[in-house]
Amino acid sequence: MAAVSIQKVFKSFGSTEVIHGVDVDIGDHEFVVLVGPSGCGKSTLLRMIAGLEKITAGEIAIGNVVVNTVPPKERDIAMVFQNYALYPHMTVYNNMAFSLLLARAPKAAIDERVREAAGILSLTPYLDRYPRQLSGGQRQRVAMGRAIVRNPQVFLFDEPLSNLDAKLRVQMRTEIKLLHQRLRTTSVYVTHDQVEAMTMADKIVVMRDGHVDQTGTPLELYDSPVNLFVAGFIGSPAMNFIRGRIVRNGGAPSVRADDGTDLPLPPDAAGEEGRPVHYGVRPSDLALTDTAGVETTVGVIEPTGADTFLYGTMAGSEICAMFTERHGFEPGQKVRLMPRLDRVHLFDGESGQHL
Amino acid sequence: MTDAVSSDKAVHDEGGMAYLTSLPRKVVTIYIPLAIFIFVLLFPFYWMTVVAIKPDGELIEQGANPFWVDNPTLDHIRHLLFETSYPHWLWNTMLVATVSTFLSLFCAVLAAYAIERLRYTGSRYVGMGIFLAYLVPPSILFIPLSIMVQAYGVRDTPLALILTYPTFLIPFSTWLLMGYFRSIPYELEECALIDGASRLQILTKITLPLAVPGLISAGIFAFTLSWNEFIYALTFIDASENKTVPVAIVTELVTGDIYAWGSLMAGALLGSLPVAILYSFFVDHYVSSMTGAVKE
Repeated sequence: MAAVSIQKVFKSFGSTEVIHGVDVDIGDHEFVVLVGPSGCGKSTLLRMIAGLEKITAGEIAIGNVVVNTVPPKERDIAMVFQNYALYPHMTVYNNMAFSLLLARAPKAAIDERVREAAGILSLTPYLDRYPRQLSGGQRQRVAMGRAIVRNPQVFLFDEPLSNLDAKLRVQMRTEIKLLHQRLRTTSVYVTHDQVEAMTMADKIVVMRDGHVDQTGTPLELYDSPVNLFVAGFIGSPAMNFIRGRIVRNGGAPSVRADDGTDLPLPPDAAGEEGRPVHYGVRPSDLALTDTAGVETTVGVIEPTGADTFLYGTMAGSEICAMFTERHGFEPGQKVRLMPRLDRVHLFDGESGQHL
Repeated sequence: MTDAVSSDKAVHDEGGMAYLTSLPRKVVTIYIPLAIFIFVLLFPFYWMTVVAIKPDGELIEQGANPFWVDNPTLDHIRHLLFETSYPHWLWNTMLVATVSTFLSLFCAVLAAYAIERLRYTGSRYVGMGIFLAYLVPPSILFIPLSIMVQAYGVRDTPLALILTYPTFLIPFSTWLLMGYFRSIPYELEECALIDGASRLQILTKITLPLAVPGLISAGIFAFTLSWNEFIYALTFIDASENKTVPVAIVTELVTGDIYAWGSLMAGALLGSLPVAILYSFFVDHYVSSMTGAVKE
């Protein structure tokens, strides 16, 4: 097991630069998730750690060894691919044993390692089957088994769950997390699904357009997003944003939305009078009140059982509010919603940076 | 899970949309066209057989039914097998076709893999170049080739053909295999690369086992092309003993202006059997690779 250090890494394909100087430090035993929309460079970064892509500039080190020119097989890593990349012509056993066979490990040792990994992943009954005879979840487990048997320094996961159906994805998410708690192998996990990132990561790296926007624990990102993008990307349903300008009425500042509605702010809110801002509040931080708060027109109600989502219009913007209690809302009804002032975020109207 | 998958398959196999098609419709759209097609394809073989077992008297008799034999005889076949060098010709053809096929496949695998997967600078142009080489007609190429064959001193030996047939077999097989290699997911190779395989190990342990249907169809094609090849065999081989079947039956079985039709047809028939047998063994692989079957 080893730490992974990514320093000022650039990547260009021909004349197109896709990664513009990325720094990420991944501690030993850490489970780090690279998350971002498609095309943000997260997979490319992972492939550079794996050695499948050349590093244009900068440095990647695995366990204090700079690996820029080290071929993949000497990096002591294991990778799980999105489409599993199981060898179709080999049995599950041979798929898992392949890397050890190539390394000319003794037969008995191979057998022991493969059976141990199969035991961990409950694949023992399927060792003689071919990949085509397995279900999606089982194939996924074989792909992980293939990584486990090598006992590598680092696990790399490239969107490993995106080919599974929703239920299986949740189940495998837990399994991967359990596996990490058991093996403690440093892991780098790429996904575009922020829920996966939030639920699995020790540390999340949010990437956008080849830059790292923010790095932190899931709750740090959720509670203190550095900019509009991270705020909107992390959390489901997404944070509500309403455009407006800061108004300082002596001691009670507020944001005057573009339609003239006043949105409340805590007394210590940053930002000078008249500054254009995005007023951000999460759906779960809106509470139903009788008199205070902001008038909201109910649009659609989505009861999911545990929670009820209200989609409506507040201060001229589409917003979502989430309630754990059950309310008898009607479409078109006017309700008053009060944001939790200590959880309100203000982002600069131009740059989108958190104030 | 496997049970679920296989039972799923069974449902699809027996079901489909076949129930929408009535029998008369099937006869018109499937069986009649198929029958015509089969008739056109098999008629030459029928005629070859009929002529091969027809006594000479019947062959030249005016007014006899050309499509039927009254007194079948094995004389022509006996003549062919025991009084000519036919077994030699057959052996030559077999030897030349087999060796040149394997030689070409070996080169084509390496070339196709390099062009398709190593992606070195200019690999696309090399691929195009190989294809262009295939477009040069043998009727032009045999002149320079014959000079080279002469220079190497292999004229009138099987080696002359074994070494020249790859000039059209390699480009052809390379192109066929390039397409097949392209259909094998790249992730498999990347995965093997991380697993610690060298390029050669990836080729032998991952790519080739998965490309077996492609190899078989390239092999069959190459074998058929060299089996039927005429121009090079005609120009590079002089001695009767060293000829291949396609050349020998039209040069050795025609004396002056007398055509030994019976033996000629028997020779053609026997000569086409090995290829037909080869096809019948591998027809499934062959079809699946030609139609680009998707594999898991």
